[in-house]
Amino acid sequence: MEILVCVKWVPDTAENEIEVNRDGSDIERDDLVYSVNEWDNYAVEEAIQICDKVGGNVTVVTVGDEETEEVLRREMAMGADNGLLLHDDAFDGSDGRGIATVLKAAVQKGQYDLILTGAQADDGAAQVGGMLAAMLDYPYASLVNKIEVDGDTLKVGREIEGGNQEMNAIAMPCVLSIQTGINEPRYVGIRGIRKVASVEIPQQGVDTLGIDAAMVGAIGARVKRLDYFVPDLGEGAEMLEGSNEEIIAKLIELLKAKGGLK
Amino acid sequence: MADIYVYITHKNGVADDSALELLAAAHKIDASAAVTAIVTGSGADLDKVADALAASYPKVLKFNQVALAYPNAEVVRKLLVNILPANAVVLVPHDTFGMDLSPGLSIKLDSTFVADVVDIEALDGSDLKLIRQEYAGMVSTHISADIAKGAVINVRPGSFAPDESQSASGSVEDKSVDDSDLKVQRTFLEVVEAEMGDVDITKSDVLVSIGRGIEDEENIEIADDLAEALGAVVSCSRPIVDAKWLEKSRQVGTSGKTVKPKVYIACGISGSFQHMGGIKGSPFIVAINKNIKAPIFQVADVGIEADILDFLPEMTEAIKAM
Ligand SMILES: Cc1cc2nc3c(=O)[nH]c(=O)nc-3n(C[C@H](O)[C@H](O)[C@H](O)COP(=O)(O)OP(=O)(O)OC[C@H]3O[C@@H](n4cnc5c(N)ncnc54)[C@H](O)[C@@H]3O)c2cc1C
Repeated sequence: MEILVCVKWVPDTAENEIEVNRDGSDIERDDLVYSVNEWDNYAVEEAIQICDKVGGNVTVVTVGDEETEEVLRREMAMGADNGLLLHDDAFDGSDGRGIATVLKAAVQKGQYDLILTGAQADDGAAQVGGMLAAMLDYPYASLVNKIEVDGDTLKVGREIEGGNQEMNAIAMPCVLSIQTGINEPRYVGIRGIRKVASVEIPQQGVDTLGIDAAMVGAIGARVKRLDYFVPDLGEGAEMLEGSNEEIIAKLIELLKAKGGLK
Repeated sequence: MADIYVYITHKNGVADDSALELLAAAHKIDASAAVTAIVTGSGADLDKVADALAASYPKVLKFNQVALAYPNAEVVRKLLVNILPANAVVLVPHDTFGMDLSPGLSIKLDSTFVADVVDIEALDGSDLKLIRQEYAGMVSTHISADIAKGAVINVRPGSFAPDESQSASGSVEDKSVDDSDLKVQRTFLEVVEAEMGDVDITKSDVLVSIGRGIEDEENIEIADDLAEALGAVVSCSRPIVDAKWLEKSRQVGTSGKTVKPKVYIACGISGSFQHMGGIKGSPFIVAINKNIKAPIFQVADVGIEADILDFLPEMTEAIKAM
């Protein structure tokens, strides 16, 4: 099976305090720690496990630049066979539809049976997989937490409200967005990353992909981010101050009053 | 202004809470808009939902079809593409169904998609200004969406106060489409219910809930100890379950359990909307987090800026010494 996994290099919210820069035009990017989008690691792990079972190749693709190319190396260190960087200045400022347009062109240059994305990334939009499927006229399932291969069909579980699982049969080729928890992504050590550090990663841009530049980038975007801000949501929590001892004494009184301690 | 449509999700003959939240959102786009509800399904439950919606929506379009008995987003998308007029604005809840349906719907309608909207500011010509959040809710953004060709807007559940004015005595229109127009390549098979697990966190008055801030499986012990001292039960956020450190049945949130304790002690939890969506009944929320900017401090009653790895054992000792 030929599997394409779409991945993204994102500021790591577990490692950074994300702050708005001075004029609100962006987040503060100095000293940001980046990592593979959490959901994408599960998608790549799943792709590798499927190919281990039924044979095939895993290609990882990202729309980015020389810096974000690192995400491809991380995933190749995990075990993906090939990387593909879609890079062009014309892609800058793309909205979700723009990114999906670029990916669609890349899919059509290849021969993929299965396309995976993470369920969502740093902007929490959860949109690229579903858009890509619609553009390709492929069936789609989101929030997938189980995949079983059955010939040309996949049996997939979708995570729905309450932790219940919606089982579907879906025909290939198809696009699936992968939810966390579907597997346990393997750990990649420094050695694995070194091994792929100098692998040549092919690049494609507007011309090689045959994309109309007016459909992507800031020009093609119908959705634009105007600024970043931190909303003023009123008072928020009453912060308990003092030494730990004092805080705990106050907290115990509060818990008694609220029925948290008898 | 184009027509506004709202897709209604429902279960057991009752519309989801989002039904009236989306109506409020629609009126924030255009206060004078006549908003149409679309409801799909089959049988008596569907009739019940549609009739109830007519008290709030001036027009309800009801699609009663066997192929729609289970809301398979692939089928619903096909239906909507067939029946919606050009340039329609469609509101959908940003839940596991809306995430499945909407991005592809916007492509098929050649309209603009905006995901997980938490507020709507103004419509100026075809420029709609909305508010979203990014980076797990740590920052917000103003969004400008060009809706000249229509839009599909996914609205975060719980972010608009429901419009309960019940002002409409609306009409319910029975609609039908050819089943052959609803053929898709994804077949719904069944829903597998979540497993029960060893403890029922929904039964406990007090929850000591741990998130990624617990850092290591071995550290869960300190939460167990505190829970024991308090006579509480340990629950958790999703990453703890993804890491297989605790059972799924202990997960609080939209894709986990809905809990209604008296006291909820959130330890090293950032406060994502999917997590908070599982906490109902306005409990007294205590948040312990080492990052003063963590979003959970905006929704908690009491906050403590501390490292839980130090703080929880100290608290346990203090309670034991009482
Ligand atoms: C469709 C969907 C459904 C989802 N359903 C759920 C759900 O049901 N339940 C759920 O919980 N999530 C759910 N999520 C995931 C959700 O979006 C968040 O990713 C998740 O809730 C984050 O968990 P967390 O707060 O534990 O981790 P993080 O967001 O990483 O937060 C960890 C927090 O711990 C703090 N911290 C770190 N170390 C320490 C320390 N030593 N002491 C004190 N504080 C510390 C940090 O400052 C941070 O605020 C869902 C996501 C999707 C896409």
